[in-house]
Amino acid sequence: MKKLTLLAMVLLTSALTYAGGYRISLQGQKQLAMGHTGVAVINSSELVFFNPAGLTFLNEKFTVSGGANAVFANISFQNEQYGWYTEANNPVSTPFNVYAAYKINDWASVGLGIYTPYGSGVEYPTNWEGSHLINDISLQAIFIQPTLSIKINDKISIGGGPIYATGAVNFNRNIDRTTTNTEGERANVTIDKSGIGAWGYNLGLMVRPTEEFTLGINYRSEIQMDAKNGEADFQNVPSGVAPLYEGVTFNASLPLPAELTVGASYAINDKWLVAFDYNRAYWSAYEALDVIFSNGQESLNPRNYKNASTYRFGLQYKATNRFTLRGGYYFDESPVQSGYFAPETPRNDSDNFTGGFTFQLSNRFALDASFLYIHFDEVDESYDYYQENGQNVPFGGTYKNNAFVPGLGITYGF
Amino acid sequence: MKKLLYISIAAIALTSCQPEFNDPVDEQGFYSSGDADFSNFVAVGNSLTAGYADGALYLNGQQNSFPSMLAIQFKHVGGGDFTQPLVNDNFGGLLANGNQIMDNRRVIVLGTDGSQTPEILDGTPTTDISNVLEGPFNNMGVPGSKIFHLVANGYGNIANLEVGAANPYFVRMASTTDASIIEDAASQNPTFFSLWIGNNDILSYATSGGIGVDQSGNLDPTTYGENDITDPNVFAKVYNDLLTALTNGGAKGVVANIPNVTTIPYFTTVPYNAIPLDAQTAGVVNQAYAQYNGGLLQAQSFGLITAEEVAQRTIQFSAGQNAVVILDEDLTDLTGINPGLTNMRQATAEDLLPLTTSSILGTLADPNNPQSIIGVAVPLTDGQALTATEIEMVTNAQTAYNATIEALATQYDLAFVDVEALMNQLANGGISFDGGNITNTFATGGAFSLDGVHPTQRGYAVIANQIINAINEKYNATIPALNPGAYPTIFVK
Repeated sequence: MKKLTLLAMVLLTSALTYAGGYRISLQGQKQLAMGHTGVAVINSSELVFFNPAGLTFLNEKFTVSGGANAVFANISFQNEQYGWYTEANNPVSTPFNVYAAYKINDWASVGLGIYTPYGSGVEYPTNWEGSHLINDISLQAIFIQPTLSIKINDKISIGGGPIYATGAVNFNRNIDRTTTNTEGERANVTIDKSGIGAWGYNLGLMVRPTEEFTLGINYRSEIQMDAKNGEADFQNVPSGVAPLYEGVTFNASLPLPAELTVGASYAINDKWLVAFDYNRAYWSAYEALDVIFSNGQESLNPRNYKNASTYRFGLQYKATNRFTLRGGYYFDESPVQSGYFAPETPRNDSDNFTGGFTFQLSNRFALDASFLYIHFDEVDESYDYYQENGQNVPFGGTYKNNAFVPGLGITYGF
Repeated sequence: MKKLLYISIAAIALTSCQPEFNDPVDEQGFYSSGDADFSNFVAVGNSLTAGYADGALYLNGQQNSFPSMLAIQFKHVGGGDFTQPLVNDNFGGLLANGNQIMDNRRVIVLGTDGSQTPEILDGTPTTDISNVLEGPFNNMGVPGSKIFHLVANGYGNIANLEVGAANPYFVRMASTTDASIIEDAASQNPTFFSLWIGNNDILSYATSGGIGVDQSGNLDPTTYGENDITDPNVFAKVYNDLLTALTNGGAKGVVANIPNVTTIPYFTTVPYNAIPLDAQTAGVVNQAYAQYNGGLLQAQSFGLITAEEVAQRTIQFSAGQNAVVILDEDLTDLTGINPGLTNMRQATAEDLLPLTTSSILGTLADPNNPQSIIGVAVPLTDGQALTATEIEMVTNAQTAYNATIEALATQYDLAFVDVEALMNQLANGGISFDGGNITNTFATGGAFSLDGVHPTQRGYAVIANQIINAINEKYNATIPALNPGAYPTIFVK
């Protein structure tokens, strides 16, 4: 009975995972279930992402974990002054990850991670009230990270690896609030570019002062995604000026900001483990989303993000040899500053509740499941830097978001 | 397979979890209808109510007619569906049994040199008035209608078109060939109505350059010509009848008054002194007018005209901008003593030149005669200028109409919108919105469409906001405003 109460508490207090901006904190089912802590948790090959240094502390000779999440993110928007109400019809996105770790010898391990830490899929009804800012956006980035981990002594390990990021962007908005062709169809532009490549790195340090206590620090570098000569497809521009909008290309840059994580975990006993992580995401790199078109036009959109912190808490309870339960909570601070609340990432601070379990199917196979619910308070905000005739035209109202993210994965190891 | 099923179930369950606001604006009760009932809104009026712009009634304009904008906001306070007699296309022209009877809309055409010219959009319209639509329609705005047309039976009978007793726009929406506009409106038992009528009762006189007759004193509108000014007593009588019919079922409503025609770009765009001349040319032209000016003095010596009239009629050009030469029927007719002494004078700042003169001023009346420059050697005709005397007649009628409208609004306890004041504001500095300022400047001002008379969609939105304000105030309602910045102005082809 007492056990059940504890379980219920774990599940109830479990909270939170998703992050501000276009960061998607879904880098592994086990750690997600624990509030996406993990910089100091020696659980699985998910460490390739959370802290490469920890691979040498794993017990398995070889272990691989893979999984995917389904993100159901919802946005409601309303404006009291004009009576506007709009719901985004966001497509379900499915970030995924695969991690493998192999112990070469007692002091060296290698690993490989493929994961999707950034992305966005927002789709408003075409020509909605904010269509001059966005109709829809799809952002994807896949990180590929070969990893080496070296144990310096029984208490200290270091690790790291280069990251190759490959990304794609597709973004549509109306060119302004009112321009149409003579049929009244709104002039709009879609920018599209895939196969954008860039390099970065992931470094970690893990320290185990005692058997029960683990400390970790991890730094993932910023990666600048430069879209060059992407396609810019203009539709419904007045036919008199249409030749100016044919065969246009664009250049744009989007930073995937650096992230520093420090954390600790403590094994209370054989069954219970608690973990705390602190993330600092260096969002100030995202100053503007400037799109330069080959026809001489440009779209300058200040973003002015600020660096943001995330506070994570996770619990793990080994109920039986075959069954492990996890729960967590994190508070995610939004990097968006007041007045820069653009509807393509209309996120304020959020409370995130997580839960999940691992079920050992056999000696070698385990099933990992996770669930994340993200709660946002409703917020009155606006984006004030859209310009018309050299004058700022604010667009805003009340936004309310939520997201439900179930995930499933498989772990194999021996 | 089973996993897929679970995922599908989860997907359905989760996507329906749309976040809900504490106070959702889309729920009834967030905004208040106050003392009014907006469930059946009927709009009565002329082209302004219909959504006419750019010289035509076209689909996009109708979709953003001011009553349609109002109906969208009324939905927040219990408003119902709002039907309109939509035309087929965005050309806007009308056909009658296959023959085009109304021009297409005007659009800006860009020249290769960067020039921007308003032109009629080419293309064949597909709206044939012989195809009568099934009503009833909440939007009973009929372009071209004057106040007495609203009570005229047979105004929608195609057979009456040729004799001028019918209106092609009403033909395509009238419930029967014998119906009147007000009958078709009142029979819908509106719970709320808008009435904005009377503009054409002075406007057609003004835009025709005053070639019609001021019918003040003539109480029989069936004897009026199309460019005449409607008698203010006729106006008052019919306006009262209209309100009686509309309020018969207890409906509440809003009425709007008539703007001053001198504030619309149709009359403010072409200046009275539109003729630039150098000193040499001015000298040549003055020589040509020496005989006319001399004849005036002669007429004065005969006691036929006053010194004042001589001064008014003496034609004098100089280097710089010069006043256009116009014919003025109100001058003393001197052709009896000398056929050369036509009723000419130079325009003054008190006269108004219609927008349509911009394409003829400075051109040759006779292509083979380089001396026949219109506005200099050849005067603008009576129909090509609205003289100060004519403007006074228009203004007198307008003042009388507006007094009636405001008095009846009070008598019937209706919301009242002072569109005259709004238009004056457009002419004196403009009205600001979240993306700038709209003024009455032709084409670029943003308030008026390319016909120089009718508002743009943004202009209509500004008017709709005034109407919403008036309704909120009168009926203690809290209907949300429109954002004029979200509505277009002129269209480029």
